[in-house]
Amino acid sequence: MRFGVVRFPGSNCEQDIVIACRYLGIDVDYVWHGDTDIAGFDAIVLPGGFSYGDYIRTGAVARFSPVMGEVVRFAERGGPVLGVCNGFQILTEAHMLPGAMLRNRGLKFICETVPLRVERNVCQWVDLAEGTVVRIPINHNEGNFTADAETLARLDANGQIVLRYCEPDGTRAPGGSAANGSTDDIAGICNERGNVFGLMPHPERVVDPEASGTDGQPFFTTIVARLAGV
Amino acid sequence: MARYEIFVTYKQGIFDPPGATAERALANLGYDEVESVKIGKYIRIEVADGPNEMARVAEMCDKLLANPVIEEYRIVDAEGSVSVR
Repeated sequence: MRFGVVRFPGSNCEQDIVIACRYLGIDVDYVWHGDTDIAGFDAIVLPGGFSYGDYIRTGAVARFSPVMGEVVRFAERGGPVLGVCNGFQILTEAHMLPGAMLRNRGLKFICETVPLRVERNVCQWVDLAEGTVVRIPINHNEGNFTADAETLARLDANGQIVLRYCEPDGTRAPGGSAANGSTDDIAGICNERGNVFGLMPHPERVVDPEASGTDGQPFFTTIVARLAGV
Repeated sequence: MARYEIFVTYKQGIFDPPGATAERALANLGYDEVESVKIGKYIRIEVADGPNEMARVAEMCDKLLANPVIEEYRIVDAEGSVSVR
């Protein structure tokens, strides 16, 4: 079981992912964005950061990195792919996940630990019970997820909405609980098959109880157990 | 060489955070007549003369310069011909 963490020019959370994986006993290595061979990896992670300086749109250039063709094929074969923050933005730009990201409502870069509610979902990366509230930091300027009404209805019906921003008690405020203005409070979604998962929060920052807590651990360990058939 | 000007804006119904902020700021400055502000991108591109220039510039927009999920674009060539998508 080996994770590959893709390094794009401008990624800055790839080391956090690697450190988190090692802390959790997961074999992990970096993958250069120019590589076209990802054989030997059982899961691929697209990390947070500012790939290609966020020029044009977040994730718009990284999507055409040589490695992404392989990542798309890997996902089509059912390989698990996780996109965190900028990684999520890249997944939407690559059309591996539906929708798109807008600037945060209020134009503020938001950096804070927020409560998130696990929804009924088909995501292979998550097996937390529906309604579970986890606290994970967000750290982004473009996390305002948007999609047309038809796409949103499909996401909801298929169990593709994995995480929603919520209040500390797990309820959602009538005017929305997403500080970034995200549609339907959406913080994380997966594809129909459940193997491709994108989320704006950074679970890799919440794996060590000595530092910040353990709420992020399941977002790495679940897929390991699943692939191992446990 | 031919020059194309591209205007990328959000599609109807897509929330435009910078536009909404500018709208509020102008109202705060006393410009009560402002009814709507939309902010987009302006791109000027120069290409070597060749066949299907406009179509190729549109392809560049679809692939990279605009995101068809949330944005639309208008391409204007040197003669003022317009292509919208």
